[in-house]
Amino acid sequence: MRKLLNTLFVTTPNSYLALKGETIVVTAGEDHLGQVPLHNLEAICTFGYMGASPKLMHACAERNISLTFLSTSGKFLARVVGESKGNVVLRKTQYRLSDSTNESAKIARNFIFAKVANQKWILERMTRDYPMRIDVPAFKKISATLSEYLQEILMVQDLEILRGLEGQAANHYFRCFDQMILQQKDDFFFKTRNRRPPTDNINALLSLAYTLLAKDVSAALENVGLDAYVGYLHRDRPGRASLALDVMEELRGVIADRFVLKLINKKIITGKDFFAKENGAVLLTDEGREKFINAWRERKQEPLTHPYLKEKINWGLVPHAQAMLLARHLRGDLEEYPPFLWK
Amino acid sequence: MENNEDNYLMLSGIQHFRFCQRQWALIHIEQQWAENVKTIEGQHIHEKADQPFIREKRHNKLIVRAMQVRSHELKTTGICDVVEFIEDEQGIELINEEGKYIPVPVEYKRGKPKAGQEDIVQLVAQAMCLEEMFVCDVPKAYLFYDEIKRRVEVEITNELRDEVRFIFKQMYNYYDRRHTPKVKPGKHCKSCSLENLCLPTLIDSTPVRQYMERFL
Ligand code: SF4
Repeated sequence: MRKLLNTLFVTTPNSYLALKGETIVVTAGEDHLGQVPLHNLEAICTFGYMGASPKLMHACAERNISLTFLSTSGKFLARVVGESKGNVVLRKTQYRLSDSTNESAKIARNFIFAKVANQKWILERMTRDYPMRIDVPAFKKISATLSEYLQEILMVQDLEILRGLEGQAANHYFRCFDQMILQQKDDFFFKTRNRRPPTDNINALLSLAYTLLAKDVSAALENVGLDAYVGYLHRDRPGRASLALDVMEELRGVIADRFVLKLINKKIITGKDFFAKENGAVLLTDEGREKFINAWRERKQEPLTHPYLKEKINWGLVPHAQAMLLARHLRGDLEEYPPFLWK
Repeated sequence: MENNEDNYLMLSGIQHFRFCQRQWALIHIEQQWAENVKTIEGQHIHEKADQPFIREKRHNKLIVRAMQVRSHELKTTGICDVVEFIEDEQGIELINEEGKYIPVPVEYKRGKPKAGQEDIVQLVAQAMCLEEMFVCDVPKAYLFYDEIKRRVEVEITNELRDEVRFIFKQMYNYYDRRHTPKVKPGKHCKSCSLENLCLPTLIDSTPVRQYMERFL
């Protein structure tokens, strides 16, 4: 399995990135903020965007280092993609299957199956770990409902029905979300998911976690030669990384949601780390973002055994593993796409 | 189309194919590794551009480096690390040179001689290109291994020539169908640079459906 290299997060707004020899140099105005060799980087992710030199973009594209630009609040802006790996055969297969709603449904079904299964096990895990803090019968009931959805999802051949089931399952799962917040209840409460812009602390955290995850998944897909923009569950829409969103479905809960809950329950992030804008949008402070990113980086280093590959990897490599498995299914080596199922 | 050299398969692919057909398909059909192959080819071309036909003359030898070769019969093009033209009564005449010569390809390899035949078939394919281009016989060739710092002589037999023809036929068959053979895992996977992409051990894992049903 490939090695997980470092991700360089540049969080100082208005930083400029340039190439110097084999290193990346980060400056802000007259200030020299740092210099890092490229060879042990896998990704560069910047918040607040003065820009990067074309020469650096070139070097990143050549070395397969993903370079992503996010706004200060963590909203995705752009990503530098090099000349695509010449894997025409694989991409054509990807497109061909995407053109057929029937074939798309078969692949999409496995993304959604895993999404719901993982949500179910997040709930189950909570009842086991905190039986004194949460309403176990209520959780069990919802878990049982999710099990019924899982049975149904396995039979579905139709994208619309699949999306419907996914939406209903998500409603049930998010109904439990507020109860999984075990600390700092005054500052963190979950009512519904809101995004544009997030208007409470939890949604601000979820949005940032989803953005970082989407960026990792996109890079992993492009890395194995797939086109992150052509998906199965998410249909083509200009500028939308549909396939990345597809693969993300199964990872949202286990990677992003659990991460956000942990930040709150372990009090790594507190109410002081946020501020509200005039329009009601809630943003992380610079310091809060720093904490978030450090924890995200640490999380990526934590080990697990991949449920299908049965191989020990880091959480950070899960998107790569799934991208590889998807490519492998598209090439016809695996009869179905094995999604990431967590227990 | 037939004789358009742009469409010919890369000669160096024969070593991949002989090592593992799937490895060859991943590199040459799916271009999973394209940049590495290109890098290697690029270096050759670079060398060639730097010293187009610089020939060292030593005693009875004329040494040409990074020589581009092709065969219309095999439908392949590639580059020989080194071709030595050895003065020999039985040889052929070369333009602008006195005497008669026999071309002898020498391929430089990292490491030591391998158990498999992949280096040998590549060398034989080079010899066959030279035979076609110079209209002569190439009876022998050498592999130079940097670990043992020695050349190993390879006799270009008719059996080996037939085998190379056969391999190219198979390669074209897969190529025309854009077919990537399924994994046949084995000891060779340990030394395969594509192991991470190919995931050879996946073959004996559970069917996906069964794997999913366990989570119901
Ligand atoms: S890992 Fe094994 S089966 Fe796969 S390409 Fe390499 S040698 Fe062939």
